[in-house]
Amino acid sequence: MNNILVLPMALPVLAGIILIFFRKHIKIQRGISLGVMLINIGISIYLLNRIQEEGILRLDFGGWEPPFGILFVADSFSIILVLTTSIVAAICLLYAFSSIGKAHENMFFYSFVSFLIAGVNGSFLTGDLFNLYVNFEVMLLASYVLVALGGKKVQLRESIKYVVINVLSSWFFLIAIAYLYGSIGTLNMAHISERIAESGQTPLLTGISMVFLTVFALKSGLLLYYWLPGSYSTPPTAVAALFGALLTKVGIYAIIRVFTLFFYHEPEFTHTIIGILAGITLIGGSIGAVAFKDIRQIVSYNVVIGVGFILVGLAVGTQAALEGSIYYLMHDMIVKALLFLLAGTMIKVAGSANMDEMSGLIRNYPLFGWIFFIVMISLSGIPPLSGFIGKVLIGQGAVETGSYLLLALAFISSIVVLYSLLRIFLNCFWGETMISFEDEIPMKKGWIIPCVLLAIATIALGLGAEALAPYVSDAANTLINPDVYIDAVLYDK
Amino acid sequence: METLITILAGVLVTVATYLLLSKSVIRVILGTAILSHAAHLMIMTMGGLKEGEVPLIGKDHGPYVDALPQALILTSIVIGFAVTALSLVLAYRTYQETGTDTLDELRGNKHE
Repeated sequence: MNNILVLPMALPVLAGIILIFFRKHIKIQRGISLGVMLINIGISIYLLNRIQEEGILRLDFGGWEPPFGILFVADSFSIILVLTTSIVAAICLLYAFSSIGKAHENMFFYSFVSFLIAGVNGSFLTGDLFNLYVNFEVMLLASYVLVALGGKKVQLRESIKYVVINVLSSWFFLIAIAYLYGSIGTLNMAHISERIAESGQTPLLTGISMVFLTVFALKSGLLLYYWLPGSYSTPPTAVAALFGALLTKVGIYAIIRVFTLFFYHEPEFTHTIIGILAGITLIGGSIGAVAFKDIRQIVSYNVVIGVGFILVGLAVGTQAALEGSIYYLMHDMIVKALLFLLAGTMIKVAGSANMDEMSGLIRNYPLFGWIFFIVMISLSGIPPLSGFIGKVLIGQGAVETGSYLLLALAFISSIVVLYSLLRIFLNCFWGETMISFEDEIPMKKGWIIPCVLLAIATIALGLGAEALAPYVSDAANTLINPDVYIDAVLYDK
Repeated sequence: METLITILAGVLVTVATYLLLSKSVIRVILGTAILSHAAHLMIMTMGGLKEGEVPLIGKDHGPYVDALPQALILTSIVIGFAVTALSLVLAYRTYQETGTDTLDELRGNKHE
C-alpha cells in the first residue's frame, strides 16, 4: 500500500479546492489549511521511517509500470524536504492567522497557500521529469497570485517582473526537456539515468545539462538572483516567509537531483561550473547583504548566500559534503522562514523598513529581541544551533577534495552573514528606545508564538542532529549511488 | 520536414525575443505566449514527425508514431494558457493602479 505517497500533494490540492467554497467562513478556512499541514507532517514522519525499513518507495499512477507511466518516488532526501516544508508551512500559516488581514483571507489566500504547498511537495516527490515541470508550474502559478494578492502598487509592479522572468525560465525548462527527450527518448528519471550511463555522457548531453542548470539557477537564485530581492520583499510577511523558505529550495532540490542522478559522469566540467556559480553567488549575495539599509533587502540577500552555500556542498560532491548540504537545506528552510517573520514583525512594530529609523526595540520586546539573536548565531553557525552541523560537514568535504577556494568563500560568507545581521541587531534592538511605552504596538501572541516555535525548531535541529543522522546519511547515500534509486524504481529491488 | 519545423520554431523564437525586449507590458506578454508555442513545436519535432501510423491499436499494423510528445504539448499548452491569462489580468490591474504599461516607468525608485 504505497498510496499514502500521493497524499502530501493530493491533500493540499483537495483542501485548496474545498476552501474556495468556504470563502466567507474564515474559521473553517484556517482550520482546514492548518489541519492539512499537520497531517502532512505526520505522513512524512511515517514515510521517513518506512523508507528506512523497506527502502525507496514508489507509486505508479494508473498501474502503468515504469518507465511508461508517471510515478511518485519517495527516498529519504525528498521526504526530509517534504517534512521540513510541512513544518515551515504550518508555522507560517499560524503567523498568517493574526497578521494577514481579512481582505486577504476573503480573497482565497489559504487556497493559494495550499496550492503552493501542493506544487512544492509534488516537485520533491515526482519521479518523472515532465511531471517535475508541471509541479513547478503549479507552485509558480500559486506564487504569482500570492505576490500580487493585496494589489498594492509595488506588489503589482514587482509581480510583473517576477512572472516574466519565471515564464522565461519555464520555457528553458521545456526546451531542455525537449532536447533530452530527443536524445535519450525517455522522461522517467531513473530510466534517463540508466540510459545516460549506458550511452555515456556525450558532449551533447553535457550541453543539455547546462540548459537544465540555467533553468534551475534562475529558479533557485544561483548567480541569476537579481529578480529575487525585489519580489521577496514586497508581499506580506507570511507570504515572504513562505517564499524565502520554500521556493528557492525547490530549485536547489532540482539541481541536486539532476546533477547526482543524470549528469554525474563528467564532474570535472559540470560540478566545476556549479562550484564557480556557487562561489560568485556567495560573493554577490555577501555584497548585497551589507550594501542596503532596508532590512527586507538584507534578509533577501541572506537567502542568496544560503543558496550559494548549499551548492558548494554539491560542487564538492563527497558523501560528507552532501550530508552537509541536506542538513543545511533543512536548517535554511526553518531559519529563513524565521528571519523573514522577524523582519516583517520589526517593520510592523517600528513602522519603517529602514534600520536607521529603528532603535532600542529590545527594551519594548525583550523575547522578540532574543529570538533575533538566536537566528543570528544560528545562521552564522555557532555550535549548539542548527547551522553548525551543515557547515562543518560541507567544510569537511571541501577539505577532503582540496577545494580550498570554495571553502574560504563559504566561511567568509558566514562572517558576512553574521556582520549583516549584527548590524541590524545593534542598530534596531540596542541603543536609545525609540518607541515610548505608551504608544508601543502590543506584540500579538499570534506574532510571537510562530517565531518561538521556529526558534525551538532550529535549536532542536541543532541538538537532534545525531538522531537525524541515519536518515540524512541514507539520503546522501542514495544521491552518491544512483544505482540504489534506479534499482528501486525500475527493478523493484 | 523536421528541418523546416525547426527553422519555423527558430523564427518564432526570434519574433518572441523581439517582443520580449520591447517596453510595453502587453507586447512582453504576447512575446511569452509565442515563445511557449515555439517550445511546443520543438517538442513535437523531437518526437519525430510522421514516422508511422496513427497510434491506435487495431487500426494499422505499426510502426506507430510516438504519442508522448503530443501528450506533453497538450499539458504544456494548458499551462501556457493559464499563465498567459493570469499575466494579462496582472498587466491590466497594474495599468489600473499605476496608470502606465511602460516597463521604464514600472522600474520603481529607491525611496518608497
